Amino acid sequence: MVDFALTHAWLVPLLPALAFVIIVFLTRPWPKLSGAVSIAAMFSSFVLASSVAYGVFTNPGFIERPLIYSLRWFGMEGFTVDVGVMLDPTSAMMLFMVSMVATLIQIYSTGYMHGDPQYSVFFSYLSLFAASMLGLVISSNLLQMFILWELVGLCSFLLIGFYTFKISAREAAKKAFITTRIGDFGMLLGLLFLQIIFGTLDLAGLAERVPHYEQYGISLGLLTLIAILVFIGPIGKSGQFPLHVWLPDAMEGPTPVSALIHAATMVVAGVYLVGRTLFLFSEVPGAAEVIAFIGAFTAIFAATIAITQREIKRILAYSTVSQLGYMMLALGVGSLSAGMFHLWTHAFFKALMFLGAGSVLHALHDKADVWEMGGLIKKMPITGWTFVIGGLAIAGIPPFAGFWSKDEILVVTLEYARQGHALGYLLFFLASFTALLTAFYMWRMIFLTFFGKEKPENHPHESPLSMTFPLLVLAALAAVGGLIGTPWANVWGKWIHFGHPHHGEPNYGLMFFSVALAVAGIGLAYRLYYQDEEKKLAKQLAERYQPLYKLSYHKYYIDELYQWFTRQVVDASAAVFYWFDIHVVDNIVNGLAGATKLSGQGLRYFHTGRIQTYALVFFLALLVITVVLAFGSPTLAGSMGGVHS
Amino acid sequence: MGTALNPSYFMVLSAALFAIGLYGALSRKNAIAVLISIEIMLTAVNINLVAINKFLTPEAFIGQIFAIFVITVAAAEVGLGLAIIIAIYRNRHTVDLDDFNWMKW
Amino acid sequence: MDNVYSLLAFVLLAGMILGSALLVVTLRNLVHSVLWLIVMFIGVAGTFLLLNADFVAAVQVLVYAGAVCIMLVFGVMLVQRPNMEHSNPINWRFKLAAPLVGGLFIVIGLLTAKSQLVVSGQEVPAQTVQALAPILLNDFVIPFEVAAILLTVALTGALLLVKEVKANGNGS
Repeated sequence: MVDFALTHAWLVPLLPALAFVIIVFLTRPWPKLSGAVSIAAMFSSFVLASSVAYGVFTNPGFIERPLIYSLRWFGMEGFTVDVGVMLDPTSAMMLFMVSMVATLIQIYSTGYMHGDPQYSVFFSYLSLFAASMLGLVISSNLLQMFILWELVGLCSFLLIGFYTFKISAREAAKKAFITTRIGDFGMLLGLLFLQIIFGTLDLAGLAERVPHYEQYGISLGLLTLIAILVFIGPIGKSGQFPLHVWLPDAMEGPTPVSALIHAATMVVAGVYLVGRTLFLFSEVPGAAEVIAFIGAFTAIFAATIAITQREIKRILAYSTVSQLGYMMLALGVGSLSAGMFHLWTHAFFKALMFLGAGSVLHALHDKADVWEMGGLIKKMPITGWTFVIGGLAIAGIPPFAGFWSKDEILVVTLEYARQGHALGYLLFFLASFTALLTAFYMWRMIFLTFFGKEKPENHPHESPLSMTFPLLVLAALAAVGGLIGTPWANVWGKWIHFGHPHHGEPNYGLMFFSVALAVAGIGLAYRLYYQDEEKKLAKQLAERYQPLYKLSYHKYYIDELYQWFTRQVVDASAAVFYWFDIHVVDNIVNGLAGATKLSGQGLRYFHTGRIQTYALVFFLALLVITVVLAFGSPTLAGSMGGVHS
Repeated sequence: MGTALNPSYFMVLSAALFAIGLYGALSRKNAIAVLISIEIMLTAVNINLVAINKFLTPEAFIGQIFAIFVITVAAAEVGLGLAIIIAIYRNRHTVDLDDFNWMKW
Repeated sequence: MDNVYSLLAFVLLAGMILGSALLVVTLRNLVHSVLWLIVMFIGVAGTFLLLNADFVAAVQVLVYAGAVCIMLVFGVMLVQRPNMEHSNPINWRFKLAAPLVGGLFIVIGLLTAKSQLVVSGQEVPAQTVQALAPILLNDFVIPFEVAAILLTVALTGALLLVKEVKANGNGS
C-alpha cells in the first residue's frame, strides 16, 4: 500500500479532479450523490496522502534525496518541460494536511450548504480547488506549479463569487482574481528569467544550479531582482502587504470556502512556494530581508486592523493575513522548518475557527457583527468550546499548537537578530508585539461572541453533527498538533528543514516571554470585554483615540487609496489611450483601408475586359522574367527562385 | 554537327511556330482566328514533345503519349470554343474580340 | 546519305510549316486562313513521320487536318457574313505583339542553343502502335479514361451551349 502510494502520488490530486469531472458531467442533478462522490474522492485521496506521508516519514533518505518521477510534457531544442511528482517531507506534510483539511471541510459543507440550489456545483468547485492545491503541492516543476497556482486562483474566483446574486460577492471575486493576477504576473516574469538563465524550471535542477549562478553569467543584483519578482507571486497569493486587500473581501464566499482558502489551500500556496524556492532566496540576502520585512510588517499591520473590526469573519481574515506574515517572516529569516511548522498548526486552528464562525453564522442566520452576539456558548457548547481551543492555540498558550510554532518563529527571529542583521531586532519586536495583539483581538472576539450577556433577539442552536464533527477533529489537532515540534524533542525540525537541521536549545526565557505576551493580550481582552459588561472602557478608549480607531477600522484606507489610484491614474491614462486609439490608431487603420479602396478604384480601369490585352501583358511579363532568370545576374535569378541553366 | 538531325532544330522550329501562333492570338480581331492561332501554338508544343521523345527517350514513348493527349484536349477545346463563339454571335452578332469586353470593372 | 535526305526533308517541311503558319495569321480572309492551316497541319504530320512517330502523324492528319479544320470551316460559315474579304482584321496590338513574339523566339532560341541535351542515340522502335497501346492502356489508363470523359463532356457542353442560345433566340 505504501509503495503503491509513493509511486502513484499523482492519484492524490487526480481523484478530486475526477470527482469534479463526474459531478459536472454526470451527477449534477442529484445533490446528495454529488456530495457523496466528492467526499468519497476526497477521502480516498486523504487515505492515499496519509500512506504517502507514512512512506516518506519512515524513510529518512527522502530528506536529502526527494523521490522524483516525471513525464516529458513537451520538449524542443534546448528547452524541455517535464511534469512530475516530487516527494519530500515538506510536500508529504502538505499533502497530508491539505487533503485532511479539505476532507473535513467537505464533510462540514454537507451541513452548511444543506438545501442550497447550487449544492452540486459547490462540491464540484471544492473538489477542483482541492485537486489544484494538491497538484501544486506535489509539483516537481515550477511551470507545472504555476499552472496549478493559476488554477487555484480560478477556483478561488469561482468560490468567492459563488453567491452570484450578491453584487458584493461578484465584486470580491473580481477583486481577488485581479489582485492575485498582479502578483502572478511578477512571478511569471521571474520564472521566465529563471528558465532563460538556468535553462530549467525543475525544482531539483534549479536547486543544483542556482548556488552557482555566477557560472551562468549573472550578477547577484540580477538574481536578487529575479528572487523579488518570484516573491511578488506569493505576495499576491498569500495576501502580503500591499496586495492583501483581496483577502478580507474573500469572506463573501460561503464560510467553508473561506476556511479552505484561508487555512489549507490558496493562501498557503504562496508560503509553500517560497518554501519550495528557498534555495533561491537563501542565495540572495537582499531578497530574504525583503521577505522577512514584508512578512513582519504584514503581521503587525493586519493585526492592528483586526483589533477594531466588527464582522466575525473579517477579524479572522485579518488574523490570517497576520499569521501569513509570520510564516513569511520565518521563511525570510531562513527557517523553512519554522515557517512550515506554523503553516501546519495554523491550518488546523484557522480552519477550526472559520468553521466555528460558519457554525455561528449558520445559527444566527448570517448575522456577522460580533457586537450583536454574546453568550452563545450556552446554546452552542461544541462550537463554543472548540472555538476557545482555537483561540488558545492562536494566542500561543502552551501546550496548544500555536504556541510551539510561534515560539519557534520567535526563536529563529531572535537568532537572526543576534547574527547581526541590521533590522533583526526590529523584526523580533514586530513579531512579539503582533503576538500580543493577536491574543488580544482574538479574545476580544471570543468574549464578545460566546461570553457575556445573551441577546434576546438571537435564537441560536447547535449545528448538526456533520458540522460539529469536523470541529471536534480540528480542535483535537489544534490542541496536540504542535507537540511534534517542541524544542525538547523537535521531530519536525529533524524532517523538514532547509540546509542543516535546527538544533536550538530550549530557550525558556523566550518561552516565558511569549506566554506572558499571550496572557497579557487575553487579560486585556478579558478586562475590556468580559469584566466590563457595558464595555464602557473599550468605548472610551475608542473615543479618546478616535483618529487611530478610525484609521484601523477603515483598514488604513488602503482600499480607498487603491480606488483613488484607479480613478485618478488608471482611468486618466485610459482616457489618454482611448483618445489615442480613437484618433490615431483608428485613423491609421481607416486610412489604410481608404488608401486600399482608392488605389483599387484607380487600378480597376486597367481591367479593360479585353482578353487579348491581358494575354499581351502576360506574355510580356513572361518574357521579362525569362530573360531575368536565364540571363540576369545569378543573385537576382537566385532571389527570384530560378535555377541558372 | 554535320548533317545529322539534331533536337535543337526541332526546338527552334517549334519555337518559331509557337511565336507565330502567339502573334496570331494577340493580333487578330476575329475570335475564330484566335482559336486557330491557339491551335498552332498547341501544335508547336506537340512538335517539341515528339522530337524530344525521339531523341532523348525513344523507348519510353511518353512524349508521343503526351502528344496524343494534347491533340485530344485541343479537339475538345476547339469544339467548346466554337460553341461559345457561336453562342455569343447569336446574342451579340459579333465575333470581334474587342467587343467582348463585358468582364471589365 | 540518309542524313542528308532527312535534313533536306526537315528543311522543306519546316519551310512549309512556317510559311503556311505565317499565312494563316496574316491573311485577311478567314476561310483562306483555315485552308492554309490544313496545309500547316499536314506539314506537321510530315515532321512527325520524320520523327518516327507514325501513329501521332496519323492522328494529326485525322483529327486536325480532318475534323478540327472542317469544324472550323463550319464555325466560320455559321458566324460570318457572306462577304469573306476582310473577315479577319488585325487589331492595334500587332505593333506590340510583333516585337514581343520576336523577342520570345530569340530567347527560346538562345536557351535552346545554350542547353545541352543528352541524346540517347537509340532508334525509336519501328512498331510504334504496338508499343504505344500497352503504355496507353496500362500505365496511362486513368488519364486515358479521363480524356474520354473530357471529350464527352466537351461535346455535351458544346451541344448544350448552342442549343440553349437557339431556344432563347426563338423565344425572344
